[in-house]
Order: sequence, then structure tokens, then C-alpha cells
Amino acid sequence: MISELLSATVLIGILASGIRLATPYLYAAIGETFGQRSGVLNLGVEGQMLLGAFAAFYVAFTTGNLWLGVLTAMIVGAVMGLAMAYVTVNLNAEQGISGIGFFLFGLGMSDLLFQKMLGTVETVKGFPKMYIAGLSDIPGIGEIFFGQNLLVYGAYLLVPVAWFVLNKTTLGLKIRSVGENPDAADSLGVSVARIRYFTIILGGTLSGIAGASLSIALLNVFQQNMTSGLGFIAVALVYFGAWRPVGVLGGALLFSMINSLQLWIQVLGIPVPSDIAVMMPYVLTILVLVATVSRVRAPSALTKPFEREN
Amino acid sequence: MKKFAWLLTLVLALSMILSACGAATPTPAAPAAKFRVAVIMPSAINDLAFSQSMYDALLRVQEEMGGSDAFEFVYSDGMFNVDDAAAAIRDYAAQGFDLVIAHGSQYGSSLQEIAPDFPETSFAWGTTAETFGVPNIFAYEAASQEGGYVNGVLAATLSTSKVIGVVGPIEVGDAKLYVDGFKAGVAATDPDVQVNVNYIGSFSDVALASEAATTHISAGADVLTGTAQMVVGAIGKAEEAKALWFGTQSNQSSLAPSIVVSSQVYHWEVALNEIISLIKSGTLGGQSFKANLANGGEVVEFNADYALPADAKALAESTVQGIIDGSIKITLP
Repeated sequence: MISELLSATVLIGILASGIRLATPYLYAAIGETFGQRSGVLNLGVEGQMLLGAFAAFYVAFTTGNLWLGVLTAMIVGAVMGLAMAYVTVNLNAEQGISGIGFFLFGLGMSDLLFQKMLGTVETVKGFPKMYIAGLSDIPGIGEIFFGQNLLVYGAYLLVPVAWFVLNKTTLGLKIRSVGENPDAADSLGVSVARIRYFTIILGGTLSGIAGASLSIALLNVFQQNMTSGLGFIAVALVYFGAWRPVGVLGGALLFSMINSLQLWIQVLGIPVPSDIAVMMPYVLTILVLVATVSRVRAPSALTKPFEREN
Repeated sequence: MKKFAWLLTLVLALSMILSACGAATPTPAAPAAKFRVAVIMPSAINDLAFSQSMYDALLRVQEEMGGSDAFEFVYSDGMFNVDDAAAAIRDYAAQGFDLVIAHGSQYGSSLQEIAPDFPETSFAWGTTAETFGVPNIFAYEAASQEGGYVNGVLAATLSTSKVIGVVGPIEVGDAKLYVDGFKAGVAATDPDVQVNVNYIGSFSDVALASEAATTHISAGADVLTGTAQMVVGAIGKAEEAKALWFGTQSNQSSLAPSIVVSSQVYHWEVALNEIISLIKSGTLGGQSFKANLANGGEVVEFNADYALPADAKALAESTVQGIIDGSIKITLP
């Protein structure tokens, strides 16, 4: 039975599933990376995802326009981000607590809207699989990497873009300096508040897309609390990835691949109790984190509100 | 003048808050004729699964009893947090409802603690047979292996690839009963059919349920089933792959009319009616009820949009009959 795990069907299945499962994590965690690099921890990601998922679903369901759905999810996420930015930057509120507040708001609000506006679980025709001419026909690899939908490709394209913005642009330098030493950045004329507003709103926008990727690309349904903790795992992946987009990608893929591996282990009837199987992604992720933790250092100003000294 | 405007705003705001509070206070005890029920459910009333089965049943009871003048019910849904649920149970009990239903086995220990504080109120919880020996707790459960067995018989008959996939939440309670009954039904019909079972460890992770279904399909399954509210993700994948789906808890035909063959639907009103008449005659608890095919608490509903061959339907109906008259015995592992 163990040898069945190494068959082509299973390996392709694991990789293709893992790539799909990692998609919402990537959008949300890359967005969160920007926020944390500028010194703001946003625990409201899950709530932003839920509202984004609902908004995208509702718009796609009523208008049939998927792109309008994505756009609405982005706007909803951005507005949630704006509110989070006001609370943490202007009011200097404790970031962890206010994030939890935004999570609960998103959880409750998305459920309320679902009950009142949809009434029951519905389905939409989401983004179809998009085959890339030539590449999709490569045996094995084609199916894994080039037989996914558009929002999946988008998530992976986001990684190099985020890396470039953070490391190779002036904006990225400002974001990093605000997160490491806001006083120094401020004295050099960088507006700490403006940068943080930008990163938190960007994070919210990407969380909105993360939700949309679930409700109108991967699953094509909306169900109450459908993110089921994905947003919190995304926050954990930012720590796991040491605040670097590539690290986040590695973490998201590791977690998702092990998750799809455990699905196959159960399907193939390999005698592992289901409770142990579903624990695997969490346990292994923690083990990797423990093994690599020494090199990790958080942005110095993370969770610290900035107040200019007079 | 400015100060006055501020004061006025403040007073207005306060009066609005206070009037809102006023509206929220419990209505005075209803006349004895009206039966009042409060129910706490773990997921949404429209989850097409566990919570909806109870909500739909309450609506049917209300209709049978003659509308909201004779039977009133209120609910708190989405109470997956047990602490919040416990607070809600206590609140409802304090408001003098005739019956407080805790619809979820996770609420048991809360109920065991709360019920003795309200000896005049009747409580019911499910799915279980355990009343803790508390005189004002009723218990109810479904023999979900029975409908599972019928679904399994049909699934084995309709599968051409001889591989069937099952997406479950956590390997306990109602879900485990259903899955075990389903497997028994398949094995009794065609021992060569392979049933792959996958418990994803969550009642709400729609994304993982969807990937679990994709995994089953990659492993060759052409028939799928699953239980709990997160299966809506799995049904979508089954539809894309044109694999058949068997539902349970609520009728799931509306989600994918072309592939849903049948659903085992819980009709909790059978248990509820008995509980209500007991309460009216002064018994507040201490008994447990089982919904099954024989007493109509479970019904196998066929999807009218799916063209089920007549002989397969006849087989399913004779299986239901066999379970009811006892000629078919379901052996669970």
C-alpha cells in the first residue's frame, strides 16, 4: 500500500492538490507580510477573507460576472484594511486585540449577509481551469502546474512581484524601514502613518482576493465560516516564512502538500488513524519551524504603535 | 448653543440605546396555550446539513400545530463555540421557554450543568441517547446507519468503476454511524466494490473537503458521499467530474441536481412531537428517542431530477422495507 503512494496518479494528485490548497494562503499571507514588514500585525485576515469570499460570491452569483466579483472582494477587503489602519495607526490600538475584533466582525457579518441575502447554500460557475497552450500537454507537470484556474496562477505570480517590491524598490525600502526603525524613517521624512495605511489596505485587498479564490475559483460555493481558520494559518505562515515572500511560498506549499498527502494516505487505506493523519500538516510545520527558528528575526517595530517623540 | 446641541445629541442617542434595550428584553410569559421552544445549533440554519435538518423539522412542527400562535420557536445558529452556546442555553432557560434544544453532541456537558438549575424547564439534546439521569433532559439521535446502508446499496449498484469515495468530518458520532452503515450497504451488495474513506478532521473546512473529493476522483471513484456541512465543497467537485453523489442529514439535491441520487433526510419532528406531548403531560425529560426509517424519523428522499433506473429504485425501496421489518440486519464494525 505504501508503494501505491509513489505511483504517478498519486504524485500528480498530491502536487496538483497542494498547489490549489496553497492558493488562498498565498494571497492572504503575502498581504500580511507587507503589513508585518511595516510593523503591523493584522489578525483580522480571516474576517477579511470571509467577507471577501461572500462579496465575490454574491456579486458573481447575481451578475454572473466573475471579475466584478473579484473586484468587489478587493474593495471589501480594502475597506476592512482601511478601518484596521485607522484603529491601529491613528488610534494606536493594541494590534492583536483589534485584529481579533475585525475577525469576529467579518465572521458575524459574512454569516448575517449570507443568511439574509442568499438564504441557502448556492453554487456559481467559477473561474474555469485555464490550460496554457503547449505547457499543459507536458505529461504530469502540465496537469500539475498548467491545468489550474486563473486565480491560482495569480497567487504564484504574486510571490516574485512581492519580493521585487519589498527588496528592490524605494517603496519596499520605506516599508522595511518603517517596520524596523520607525523613528529613523520618520526623521528622514518617510511618513510612517502613510506607509502603514498603504500596507494594511494592500493586505486587506489581498485577503479579499484570498476569499474570492475560495468562493468563486476553487470551491464555487459560499458556506458560513467557510475559511475555517485559513486566515490564521496564513498569519502563522508569515512567521514561518521569516517575513519573506519566498519563505511564505515555501511554508504554504509545505503545509498544503502534506495536507494533500494525508488525504491520499486515507484514500489509499494506509492504516493510519484519521486523527493522526489530519494532524500531520500541523505537526510537520511546527517541526520545520523549530528546526529553523534560530535564523528568524521579526521586524523590530512589529506590533508597536508609532508615536513621534517631541 | 453648541453645548446645547451636544446635549441634545447625547440625550437622543441615549434614548435610542435605551429604547433598543427595551425591545430586547424578553417578552412576558406567553399564555399557556402557546408552546415556546428555543434551539441552539452549531452551524447555519441553511447549511443543507445538520442544523438545517432541525430547523426544517421545527417549521414542520409549527405547521402541524397550527402556526406561530400555537407554537413559537427562536434559534441561535452558528454556535460552534461551546462556551457561547452554554451562555445562550442558560439565557433561554431563564426566559422561561418550555423546551430548550441543544442541537449538537458537543453541548452535552454544558447541558448537564445547566439543566438542574432550571427544574421547571425541559431540555433536549442530540445526537445521543444519554440523558445523564437528569429528570429534565431528553435525548434524541438518528440511526443514520440505516439511511447510510440504503445509500450504500444504491451506490454499489450504480458504480461502474467499482470505487466509491466518502468524505467525512471527524470519526465520531453521527458521521461515523452514517459512514459505517454506508460501507455495510456497499459490502452487502457488491463485495468487490472498494470504499475509500477520508475523514478531514473538520466540520467547516470546505476547501479541504473539496480537495478530498478531488482525491477520491483521482483514485478512480465515480460515486461519492459525505456527511456534515462542509461537504458542499465536495459536491461541487463531484459535479465537475460527473460523479454521483449521495447526501445525508438534509436533502442536497438542490446543490447539484444532475448528480445527486438520493439523500437520507432527518425528520426530527417525529422525536419532537413525542417530546412536546410528554412535556404537555408533565414529563420534562429522562427519555431518549431514536429517529429511524421505521418511525419516519429518517426518510430516504430521491432526487426527481436524476433519472434513477426503475430496478435500482425498487432495490432501494425494498432495502428500506427490509430494514423496517428487520429482515435486513446492519452489522457495524
